[in-house]
Amino acid sequence: MTLPSDSFSTEEALPAEEAFSAKLSIQDLNFYYGKFQALNHINLDIPANCVTAFIGPSGCGKSTLLRTFNRMFELYPEQRAVGRILLDGEDLLASRQDVALIRARIGMVFQKPTPFPMSIFDNIAFGVKLFESLSRIDMEERVEWALKKAALWDEVKDKLPQSGASLSGGQQQRLCIARCIAIRPEILLLDEPCSALDPISTARIEELIAELKADYTVIIVTHNMQQAARVSDYTAYMYLGDLVEFGETGQMFFKPSRRETEDYITGRFG
Amino acid sequence: MAHFVRRKRLNRVALTLAFAAMLFGMFWLAWILWETLRLGFESLSLSFITENMPPPNEPLGAGGLANAIWGSLTMVALATFIGAPVGILSGIYLAEYDPRGWLAVTVRFVNDLLLSAPSIIIGLFVYAVMVVRMRQFSGWAGAVALALIVIPVVIRTTENMLALIPAGLREAAYALGTPKWKVILRITLAAARAGVLTGVLLAVARISGETAPLLFTALNNQFWSTGLSGPTANLPVTILQFAMSPYENWQHLAWGGVFLITLIVLGLNVLARTLSRKFSS
Amino acid sequence: MRGYFARFVGDGVPTPIIRVPKTRGNIPPTAVMDGGPLFPVMSTAMSVSAARRGPLLPNALADRLFGGVARAAALLTLASLLGIILSLVIGAWPAIRAFGPGFLTHNAWDPVREDFGGLVMIYGTLMTSAIALLIATPVSFGIALFLTELAPAWLKRPLGTAIELLAAVPSIVYGMWGLMVFGPVLARYVQQPLQALFAGTPVLGALVSGPPVGIGILSAGIILSIMIIPFIASVMRDVFEVTPPLLKESAYGLGATTWEVVWRIVLPYTKTGVLGGIMLGLGRALGETMAVTFVIGNMNQLGSPSLFEAANSITSALANEFAEAAPGLHQASLIYLGLVLFLITFTVLVFSRLLLLGLQRNEGRRT
Repeated sequence: MTLPSDSFSTEEALPAEEAFSAKLSIQDLNFYYGKFQALNHINLDIPANCVTAFIGPSGCGKSTLLRTFNRMFELYPEQRAVGRILLDGEDLLASRQDVALIRARIGMVFQKPTPFPMSIFDNIAFGVKLFESLSRIDMEERVEWALKKAALWDEVKDKLPQSGASLSGGQQQRLCIARCIAIRPEILLLDEPCSALDPISTARIEELIAELKADYTVIIVTHNMQQAARVSDYTAYMYLGDLVEFGETGQMFFKPSRRETEDYITGRFG
Repeated sequence: MAHFVRRKRLNRVALTLAFAAMLFGMFWLAWILWETLRLGFESLSLSFITENMPPPNEPLGAGGLANAIWGSLTMVALATFIGAPVGILSGIYLAEYDPRGWLAVTVRFVNDLLLSAPSIIIGLFVYAVMVVRMRQFSGWAGAVALALIVIPVVIRTTENMLALIPAGLREAAYALGTPKWKVILRITLAAARAGVLTGVLLAVARISGETAPLLFTALNNQFWSTGLSGPTANLPVTILQFAMSPYENWQHLAWGGVFLITLIVLGLNVLARTLSRKFSS
Repeated sequence: MRGYFARFVGDGVPTPIIRVPKTRGNIPPTAVMDGGPLFPVMSTAMSVSAARRGPLLPNALADRLFGGVARAAALLTLASLLGIILSLVIGAWPAIRAFGPGFLTHNAWDPVREDFGGLVMIYGTLMTSAIALLIATPVSFGIALFLTELAPAWLKRPLGTAIELLAAVPSIVYGMWGLMVFGPVLARYVQQPLQALFAGTPVLGALVSGPPVGIGILSAGIILSIMIIPFIASVMRDVFEVTPPLLKESAYGLGATTWEVVWRIVLPYTKTGVLGGIMLGLGRALGETMAVTFVIGNMNQLGSPSLFEAANSITSALANEFAEAAPGLHQASLIYLGLVLFLITFTVLVFSRLLLLGLQRNEGRRT
């Protein structure tokens, strides 16, 4: 797929020689909380089957941007997004499609683990049942598959009927990832998925992310620059609602093309 | 230094008075509970819950309040079955649908008023819309009057409990593409179920002892009521009638009734409290 | 199926056979827009049972239905308030037309001559509530102070719970206890000694005159106060607890005593909430039926200034007479009384809610 040439016209954020197949293409996106503009003219192409990290100081709009992809902001009447977000060429914001179907294609994992008030098994099955009617056996296989994918199966296989809240924080977070994967989305949105976890759980999730990118396009918002450097292929640096720079992670961290990015990454600011 | 001493003394006096106030409050609670226990326990017997109301001036221990207990039980159950779903649904509306909209703000305010409105007024209202229409006092009217008291209690607790559910849980459910009604019923309401149940229990406790709204709706009945379409015997109004009567055997039974009601109401409250503590931990 | 899934699950097989994203890329977007099956190019094994459901219309419908029902339930609350007001006004209309606002100040209650005025009951209601408030306010303040500042941590919870349980005890229990236990005690140990003490004293003597049976305005007021103490105390405790600890600590840091911190810092900070709590208690007292009906004596008199003389209140008049009142002016007058009670309590409750809401809003702004 070739990139639309006007994608990067507003900012020199992207190195021109970049070429990849864009899974998600954000075009001139503005976002408002009431009257306050939280995102300014964002243009960004997210490559397929890669991990893309959004970094930047608190309040820079990285979570806001993430939450536009699955139209999560629509839960709040005062929030509004204007622009285009193309998923395989289809504009999500203009789509007449039921938002539920969009969300089935774009899974999301939140800062804090959010196990549903039901058993571990039902936590996974709940989402699947929304879109598919599986036989009991198929459902069991699907649950097992999702839990294995999320590297949780061995820890929970003997206690599937127990409440999801009985797991540890790191396990709960992997349960949430499994829940997303179970409905087989194309994109995984991770909103600071490790911010409530201890270092060991964090490491497990990071390993998991590396494995997941084979099948999914992963977008991760993170506070932690080492984490971005470790897990991502591409990095977007945002500041005050602007996309300052976007590029391959290695390049961003070793020779960022913009001064602001360098200041942030080297810890001189933020 | 004298100033300092005076300040210290004032402090000691004030704190002593506060302690005295606490003792004062506890004193009444202890006294009331003690008398209820003492006088009520005396009049309890097997016949108390198996036999109907006796005529006046029978020997002590003859007859019981079985018909009143049964009447109260059916009316409270019916009122809960009517009131709790309505209350839960409105609570859901206030917490999940546009909580800052004009309707939610107005309903919340009005609900707070109804929560502490004189219950006798509810009785007058139901009298006007049901008893006058149906041309007779009935257990149905009593149950509706009680339901109108259940609703505000349940609305309040349901809304509060749903508001405690972290937004993240809701968002996670929506992020899977879950439709709203399913998010509410399967996720948020399920997560808040202990709290919502607490509210329902508190409401049941509240109406178990309510007398005023039954005075002109269910009225009372000396006999066992098979249906709810006529005046229906109930515990609180019977207690009022018997306690105000000059007959010793009736007064005796009234104490038994008061004991039973206190036991039920306090028991339900303790149960609700235990539940909500479990919920918040 | 097993075999397929084993591959899909990928134990031992590194890459799944189906790569969802790749498959997606081949589907023209319109196929999805139409709401058709999202995964048309699935392995047959999968598609038999696992085709994604088509357009989620039933869900959209269920959503609208559920939202509508919830909204209707919420509207019912408004409807019942309107219904209460309307039914009271309609029921009271004959009496309103016959007596007008003069009803409020007219001292008469004669079902035979059909001459009605609510002064006695209104006086009884206001007087008993005033006595209740007079006793309950300082005591509740003391209890709240004790619970927030003095009680050791291990006592706070049980004592707080006890106070809240006191609030849950049905009013008929208070009434029964008041009539059978408290009334006689009051008459024997308070009224009779006072009568002996003030015999012959002009004003005070009249204030305590009357048959020593322990019913009347004072009994009703005291029992009401016992009833509303838990309400006011728990609201006060709750509002005291919203005072930021830092504010209190700063005052303690200056060397202030506990009393000074409560009186000069906590109370000013929470005064609207405290007032709201008192108003809430007043609303309860005004509308309370059973605790009053048992002990006020239900006598329509205004002549005696004695606090121990039987009297009447709006709620006890309704409780005693309404079910037996003949339809007509008598019943309408009783409903008129109910309307007056409704208006008084609602004014008080609205006031109380506004105060408490104001506190919450301030709270929001400060934090």
